[in-house]
Amino acid sequence: MGMKFCGPKLSLCGLVLSVWGIIQLTLMGVFYYIRAVALLEDLPIDEKSTHTIEDFISAAENGYTQNAYNCWIAALLYVITLVVSGHQFWMNNRSSVSM
Amino acid sequence: MGSLFRSEEMTLCQLFLQSEAAYACVSELGELGLVQFRDLNPDVNAFQRKFVNEVRRCDEMERKLRYLEKEIRRDGIPMLEIPGECPEAPQPREMIDLEATFEKLENELREVNQNAEALKRNFLELTELKHILRKTQVFFDEHEGGANTTESMTRALISDDPNRHIGHVQLGLRDKQESLEFLPCFVAGVILRERIPAFERMLWRACRGNVFLRQAEIDTPLEDPSSSDQVFKSVFIIFFQGDQLKTRVKKICEGFRATLYPCPEAPADRREMAMGVMTRIEDLNTVLGQTQDHRHRVLVAAAKNIKNWFVKVRKIKAIYHTLNLFNLDVTQKCLIAECWVPALDLETIQLALRRGTERSGSSVPPILNRMETLEDPPTYNRTNKFTFAFQNLIYAYGVATYREVNPAPYTIITFPFLFAVMFGDLGHGALMAAFGFWMCYKEKPLQAKKIDSEIWTIFFGGRYIILLMGLFSMYTGLIYNDIFSKSLNIFGSAWRNNYNQSTLESNKMLQLNPDSDAYTQTPYPFGIDPVWQLAEANKIIFMNAYKMKISIIIGVFHMLFGVCLSLWNHLYFKRRISIYVEFIPQILFLVLLFFYMVLLMFIKWTSYGPNAAHLGSDDPEIVKTSAYCAPSILITFINMMLFKTDPNTRPQCNDNMYAGQIGLQKFFVIVALMCVPVMLFGKPYFIMKEQKERARQGHQTIEGAAENGAAGGAALPPPQHHDEDITEVFIHQAIHTIEYVLGSISHTASYLRLWALSLAHAQLAEVAWNMLLRKGLMSRDFEGGIFLYVVFAGWAAISVSILVLMEGLSAFLHTLRLHWVEFQSKFYSGEGYLFQPFSFEVILDSAGQGEE
Repeated sequence: MGMKFCGPKLSLCGLVLSVWGIIQLTLMGVFYYIRAVALLEDLPIDEKSTHTIEDFISAAENGYTQNAYNCWIAALLYVITLVVSGHQFWMNNRSSVSM
Repeated sequence: MGSLFRSEEMTLCQLFLQSEAAYACVSELGELGLVQFRDLNPDVNAFQRKFVNEVRRCDEMERKLRYLEKEIRRDGIPMLEIPGECPEAPQPREMIDLEATFEKLENELREVNQNAEALKRNFLELTELKHILRKTQVFFDEHEGGANTTESMTRALISDDPNRHIGHVQLGLRDKQESLEFLPCFVAGVILRERIPAFERMLWRACRGNVFLRQAEIDTPLEDPSSSDQVFKSVFIIFFQGDQLKTRVKKICEGFRATLYPCPEAPADRREMAMGVMTRIEDLNTVLGQTQDHRHRVLVAAAKNIKNWFVKVRKIKAIYHTLNLFNLDVTQKCLIAECWVPALDLETIQLALRRGTERSGSSVPPILNRMETLEDPPTYNRTNKFTFAFQNLIYAYGVATYREVNPAPYTIITFPFLFAVMFGDLGHGALMAAFGFWMCYKEKPLQAKKIDSEIWTIFFGGRYIILLMGLFSMYTGLIYNDIFSKSLNIFGSAWRNNYNQSTLESNKMLQLNPDSDAYTQTPYPFGIDPVWQLAEANKIIFMNAYKMKISIIIGVFHMLFGVCLSLWNHLYFKRRISIYVEFIPQILFLVLLFFYMVLLMFIKWTSYGPNAAHLGSDDPEIVKTSAYCAPSILITFINMMLFKTDPNTRPQCNDNMYAGQIGLQKFFVIVALMCVPVMLFGKPYFIMKEQKERARQGHQTIEGAAENGAAGGAALPPPQHHDEDITEVFIHQAIHTIEYVLGSISHTASYLRLWALSLAHAQLAEVAWNMLLRKGLMSRDFEGGIFLYVVFAGWAAISVSILVLMEGLSAFLHTLRLHWVEFQSKFYSGEGYLFQPFSFEVILDSAGQGEE
């Protein structure tokens, strides 16, 4: 049932990475969503098209929301990675036990 | 319970053991692992000792076991190891049984192996023959339709592949005219495939092109019985003429290690032979299978016990090795041993000895005598799995002198802390702590796994250090307010924007003045204010000033603590003079110069700054305590050392930080400088005085003795010896003083590495974020999520490999240096030697590692 395409090391690596990714990216999404000032420099804002403060604020607002969603999308992708590598890890462990 | 602060108290003991009871007693002591035996016959070589025979028998048994183990490994049979079950050392009489068992097993296995090899050789020959018959059949069959004369056959063979065998074609053309005398002979055989080209060339040259070679590859690899490797071989057949060529061809075949097989000419014969070969192969296969089964059964039975046997044999061997260190007394009834023993464990050792006597059935109890000695006892610090790693860090520098202050307990806290000052980042610290926690949590299963990689062993050995370093880094990360180079605004920044919209729009860069309502005047409650993350222009300047001062403060306290520990040493070893002429001037020197500098820092921090009641005031009294008037500590300190006073360039400010500063500073420097000659000459002077005193007393006694008419003389050592001693003391003291005085300056500066590495780490973390992760956050659409997914993996890899592993390693090494050089040089001499008790556990562990 199911196929094995990752070795034990790769699947473990995937597991650790995706756990880390889920935690950090979800939190970053939350921070973007609540407009954390610390993340202001990490926003897609075009310096040339923002002349007034209002322009800048609206661009920043959009950027915050967009980045929040992007972070959550990436976190979701890591959930999928977690499931896949978890399955692979389980398969690897099981086969080594049955041997 | 021993203490961690000093090494255990050791006593030298003499042990008298009844000959019959000696084995059992030593076995009990080995289980206990608390006794270090001394070699009482160091000039007797290994072959002349009493129990050399037994040791040799153990070696033999071990060799047999290793042979068995190798065979078991080769068959891939798992060797059972029952954890926690360790057999006791067997009685000496059991040794004969063990020997017999191993002998039997080894012989059986050797026989089986020999048989198997012979069978395999046979099998190989038959398979090769089978292939020859099959392939040559093809050679002959290719032109079966033609006339069965050899000439046409040969010609057909020759014309078969004209491009490849140009030389052969010529041969064939010439042969045509001499066809009448043509009497072909041939030999067939098998050769290793890689030898074919050389073989062909050799044949061609040696026989001047008068032979004809055909070859075909055997597709399946054959097993070489002697090495059990899989080798590829080819079948060949050589046609030639005449006896002379035949001998030559045979010689060449021999030279190339080709095996020749008889191959009948007639097809019917060949077929018959092939049939015979096939049946024989089948028979052989069944026999081979049975042999393998037998071998497997023998090995499986052995695999169950082999670890157990290893332990037993190694224990016996260790016991006899130890018995070889003992002395025989004159009556030959009793063995005498000398051993170092922790004073606190004498009771347990007595108990173990009694158990050993009971087991051996001897009636005379062993005698354990304390001995008086002037020798330096070994250093023994009792450790547990937590303190073990820290103690090893200390031992790596040098084993403590007997009963010297042991820095390990302080290192447990200062080591992770100094590391964390350099590695301060909440995110990286959390990664490290998670790894350390996992290793500590899964300690038992990981230990049982026995992973042999060297790097893993290092990490696993230091798991508690790693966990602590991670936790401390998380703390300093919070203080620096750094998590992957970003800041957390937990309590709300104490800064706010007080510029209006037009100013904000028209300026590229603006400054927030703490001496205005931009700052709430109540500092951020914990660590650095998060607003600094956005201060791109002067964040580094601010952090540098803060971190440099912190490093010096930590460093001076660390060194002061080290000097205080030396007081503890002097008190313990009753070196009263050293307290007065070493410890006191040392600590005065450090306190008056460097601790004073630390105080200046605190004075600067507390007495200069905005006045909450009068923000931005121009009142001269208030300006004097404002940040504008804060002096540079470094300049102040340098001026203090040079007895110089710079006029203050800022006319509004005071020249000094407090009243009487210049006078006090001058006094401090003079006192500190006066400490140097005290350190330099104090100890030699006292020693000299003491010696003179003693000499005078000695003279008096001798004179007194002489007056009483007794023979005097040899009691007094020659005076030259004293002079030598004194110069040595002088040189030693000079080195020590120079090292301390110059050291306290350079060591203070050395603690700046705390700042430097911390800065490097913070900057590197920022670069990793800006160059990698930010790229994933600059997308204005939803595909940015996928991009972020990929970029995050790259950033994570860089974070772990460079920021956690490499930076962690470098911070670790710098911390190690700060402990070994800057801290321990103040009190630690490290001239002892380690207590190495006779313990089965250690012996078995090291044997187990050496074997893999």
